[in-house]
Amino acid sequence: MSEKRKELKVSAIENGTVIDHIPSNAVFQVIRILKLEKFENMILFGTNLESKKYGSKGVIKVKNKYFKPEEVNRIALVAPSASMIEIKDFEVINKTVVEVPDEISGIVKCFNPNCISNHERVKNKFQVVDKNNLRLKCYYCEKITAKNNMTFF
Amino acid sequence: MKNKSLISINDYSKEEQLEVLKVAEEFEKNPVQNILSNNVIASLFFEPSTRTRLSFESAISRLGGKIVGFSEASNTSVKKGESLRDSILTVANYSDLIVMRNPLEGSARFASEISPVPVINAGDGSNQHPTQTLLDLYSIKKTQNKLDNLNVAFVGDLKYGRTVHSLVIALCNYNTTFHLVSPVELKLPSSVKMNIKEKNLKYYQYTELDDNVIPNVDVLYMTRIQKERFSDPLEYERIKNYYILKNDMLENSKENLRIMHPLPRVNEIDINVDKSPKAYYFQQALNGVYVRQALLSLILGLK
Repeated sequence: MSEKRKELKVSAIENGTVIDHIPSNAVFQVIRILKLEKFENMILFGTNLESKKYGSKGVIKVKNKYFKPEEVNRIALVAPSASMIEIKDFEVINKTVVEVPDEISGIVKCFNPNCISNHERVKNKFQVVDKNNLRLKCYYCEKITAKNNMTFF
Repeated sequence: MKNKSLISINDYSKEEQLEVLKVAEEFEKNPVQNILSNNVIASLFFEPSTRTRLSFESAISRLGGKIVGFSEASNTSVKKGESLRDSILTVANYSDLIVMRNPLEGSARFASEISPVPVINAGDGSNQHPTQTLLDLYSIKKTQNKLDNLNVAFVGDLKYGRTVHSLVIALCNYNTTFHLVSPVELKLPSSVKMNIKEKNLKYYQYTELDDNVIPNVDVLYMTRIQKERFSDPLEYERIKNYYILKNDMLENSKENLRIMHPLPRVNEIDINVDKSPKAYYFQQALNGVYVRQALLSLILGLK
């Protein structure tokens, strides 16, 4: 019952995607990573919502849009606990948990100030060498960017 | 290997690395061959170098090739603000292969992505120096008659020393036992150590260079504490005299021990050691010519 009321703090959508269980402080990063600012469909979002599991959470609802797994996995770095729920006629038709991808491109800056990707116009790329502790190996300078020194574009 | 850039030692499989060493052996027997007479090689050194640049240029000259390039960036368009992208795209028009050293890490990988001609990384910042690695492997094989199951000690700056990083990674293919001797501040980075751990190889870390290490190893790979990698000059002064290898320290060493050093040396090997039959660093530098001859001819498809 209370779960339902909480969901309704951000109105239900008839068709589209609900991205749930986003850490409250990551909602705007998720919006940026998924490039939702440029999206023309209706988007509803809420943050600092009560969550039984995490204490506090954010949620984003995008009308008439279904994401490909590789698109949504891009948010795994900032929202590793998020789930993606596909809605059709107000019913849940599919629910998946985001997964940290094997490769990441264009989301995180290489933390090495001496890396070419911080000096020339290069689209940076990382190999995810440790999915649990989020350690990324730069394709160019081969240095490891760890979770605590990640800066997002 | 034809047209295949060499950026990181792992770009070449173990078999390909061994192929380079085999061809290098042929060049050692017969170093003057006119097989590059129709080729122009660009030698772009954005950062100072003696051995790497001169041994490349010597290798090219002994094979009859022509060289275009520069040995410092200050008299090129880089000074006018030209990007590396534009420099590479321009120079690729003038040459069949680019040899590049650049202080930015990852610059060689980037160059190889945009260049229509193959690129050989002659050092990118503190990252990789694969041709040094191949000449080190060649030197180890030549002096130990094998590459497998050796005990190799690395001494000095293991944090910033790119020759160390590349050689450690390469030796992981040969069941090496690693002895890592460095001040705490200059320990081998975890990204490199990861390679040792992945292969479940043995490694030991030390802060002192003494009889706990020297009698147990087949190769003692000394390195310079690199002044240019320190932002704090006091820190450099404190660390620079940490390890100095002297003749008396070799008393209990194995007969087959060879001392290697990528050079330049500052003071970390006493010059009296040079006379020891175990000192190998100058021959090691000479081997660089044969290995680079092998690489150039394999990448250009001439061998």
